[in-house]
Amino acid sequence: MDSRFIDKVSGRGIPLRGHDIDTDRIIPARYLKSVTFEGLETHAFEDDRKQLAERGQLHAFSNPRYAGAKVLIVNGNFGCGSSREHAPQALQRWGIRAVVGESFSEIFFGNSVALGMPCLTVSAGDAEALLSAVESNSQAEVTVSVADQSVSVNGTKYQAVIPAGAREAFTAGTWDATGLLLDDFDRVREVAKSLPYVSGF
Amino acid sequence: MRKTLLQKVWENHAVRTLPTGQTQLFIGLHLIHEVTSPQAFDMLRARGGTVAFPNRTFATVDHIVPTLNQTRPFLDVLAEEMMSALEKNTREFGIPLYDISSANQGIVHVIGPELGLTQPGMTIACGDSHTSTHGAFGAIAFGIGTSQVRDVLASQCLAMEPLKVRRITVNGNLRPGVYAKDVILDIIRRLGVKGGAGYAYEYGGDTFDRMTMEERMTVCNMSIEGAARVGYVNPDDTTFKYMEGRPFAPQGNDFAKARDWWRSLASDAGASYEDVVLMDAAAIEPTVTWGINPGQSVGVSEKLPSPADVRADERASVAEALEFMSFRGGMPIAGTKIDVAFIGSCTNGRISDLREAARLVKGRHVATHVQALVVPGSQSVRKIAEQEGLDKIFTEAGFEWRGAGCSMCLAMNPDQLQGRQICASSSNRNFKGRQGSPTGRTLLMSPAMVAAAAVAGEIVDVRQVLQRDEVHA
Repeated sequence: MDSRFIDKVSGRGIPLRGHDIDTDRIIPARYLKSVTFEGLETHAFEDDRKQLAERGQLHAFSNPRYAGAKVLIVNGNFGCGSSREHAPQALQRWGIRAVVGESFSEIFFGNSVALGMPCLTVSAGDAEALLSAVESNSQAEVTVSVADQSVSVNGTKYQAVIPAGAREAFTAGTWDATGLLLDDFDRVREVAKSLPYVSGF
Repeated sequence: MRKTLLQKVWENHAVRTLPTGQTQLFIGLHLIHEVTSPQAFDMLRARGGTVAFPNRTFATVDHIVPTLNQTRPFLDVLAEEMMSALEKNTREFGIPLYDISSANQGIVHVIGPELGLTQPGMTIACGDSHTSTHGAFGAIAFGIGTSQVRDVLASQCLAMEPLKVRRITVNGNLRPGVYAKDVILDIIRRLGVKGGAGYAYEYGGDTFDRMTMEERMTVCNMSIEGAARVGYVNPDDTTFKYMEGRPFAPQGNDFAKARDWWRSLASDAGASYEDVVLMDAAAIEPTVTWGINPGQSVGVSEKLPSPADVRADERASVAEALEFMSFRGGMPIAGTKIDVAFIGSCTNGRISDLREAARLVKGRHVATHVQALVVPGSQSVRKIAEQEGLDKIFTEAGFEWRGAGCSMCLAMNPDQLQGRQICASSSNRNFKGRQGSPTGRTLLMSPAMVAAAAVAGEIVDVRQVLQRDEVHA
């Protein structure tokens, strides 16, 4: 990771159309059979890529035009299904640093926060505009501003949303929450003690 | 102020408001398994951390365990490596593990309730999205990723955004042949696979009041398929009766005290909800999915939609699903030929599910072209089933009787679809490739509907089978 403080991500975009793209599609379960996350990037969207290739079509993650892209543009309910962190891990290891879309599954969103990969939501119309912009110019620089809640490409700025808690976690550099959660451990002990199922009924 | 159960449990577990504005929430019960925990332990070690409350985490193995030959070392070296990692990690950090040789082993969402680890009023987290199952007890239970597993190990806490509550009230009697699975499939069909984002679902009404704990678990289990990370039912006498005598439940005088506390946590009459949905149980049919997400379903008497029948923004999804499934809009789901029948999973692998399926297959035989599996949700479920002779009913009918685990729900073990096979499945997800073959096809339904399909070799209306049985009885 470049830095703990994530205000802004800039880089080329990669478009991925379709609603309800689940984490089984992002990373099929057979690649979860490992005690590390290493190498997951080579299997991102593996089955989707293969099935499109068989029909003579090119999946964005197989398309050399988008190699080296940093900003993934998607539609709605991206990352639904299984809680596997392997999904955002595979995307991040592939090179993705931010995701912009109509909506995200909460678990995928939370996992991405924990990895320092912001996910911002935009309107359906703006998602379409961003997908089209990147499809027509894969070299265009896409700038995702977490602090400013916006996405810019080709001189056009689109309003985006990231919930306040996650926004603060990125800009303040506390998205890796372990330290924060251990800051006041006495208070954690007090809460544990106050719970009858911990301390006795 | 009148409060919902979610508010009460949240307040009881709130440690503080973090500088991010999120709530630091204490996690009362942490469940782990072999797939999403090894990296978390490695991260913890790399930071020189330790497990803050080792007696509040419990481990089992479920996702990768073979259901045929469970001798160690497992034949699959990768599965064996994951098993060994879990053994090493739990030993090193003093966490109880129910491994393959333990009578308590099983799917994490089946054994938590069985053992009485799952209790009303708890916060429960697990690196698995179907953790919502435990909400059946009036717990706030949700799935997390591996970095968050690390956080819970290190601090027993999570940084959480607040949740809204949608009350889903279902009243009326379910018709014979209609089960809890059909209720949740119908809810997801109506509210959509993204309808629950930002919400906890509170299931209430007399239909849920009458449900057993196992039925409530089936409903809460699939909350996440409707995008609700949390789903719960308020604890009541059914809950307390289920808890009584469980190994980890409060015992003796403590039980009465616990019961009073649990009762006090139920949502207050007149509590306010961000949204309310009303449904009629009598209108629900046996439901079957036809597509590639759990919201793409129809009643068994209905026909599949065409892209032209749906809203503009759903057309592409419907077309994609029909194409993947090689189905046509307008065709009936009944009569769809199946290749495999799978009864099991954290959704429907409990003893009541097996009893109902056995009732339907008793004296019948699986169609010759169908491979049919029954995979009990836990070793305990398997043992009870064998005591009741259900294993014999299943094997005589041509089903394979297997060891406990997740099995063909996500096919991380050798139980996998081949090629374009179609599986009638009592599991929870019909995503592309979910059951092990990238091009395999899944139809989700109740265990009774799976049993009926296994016998007929195609999708049939279980109500007709039940009626025939009644005539002959």
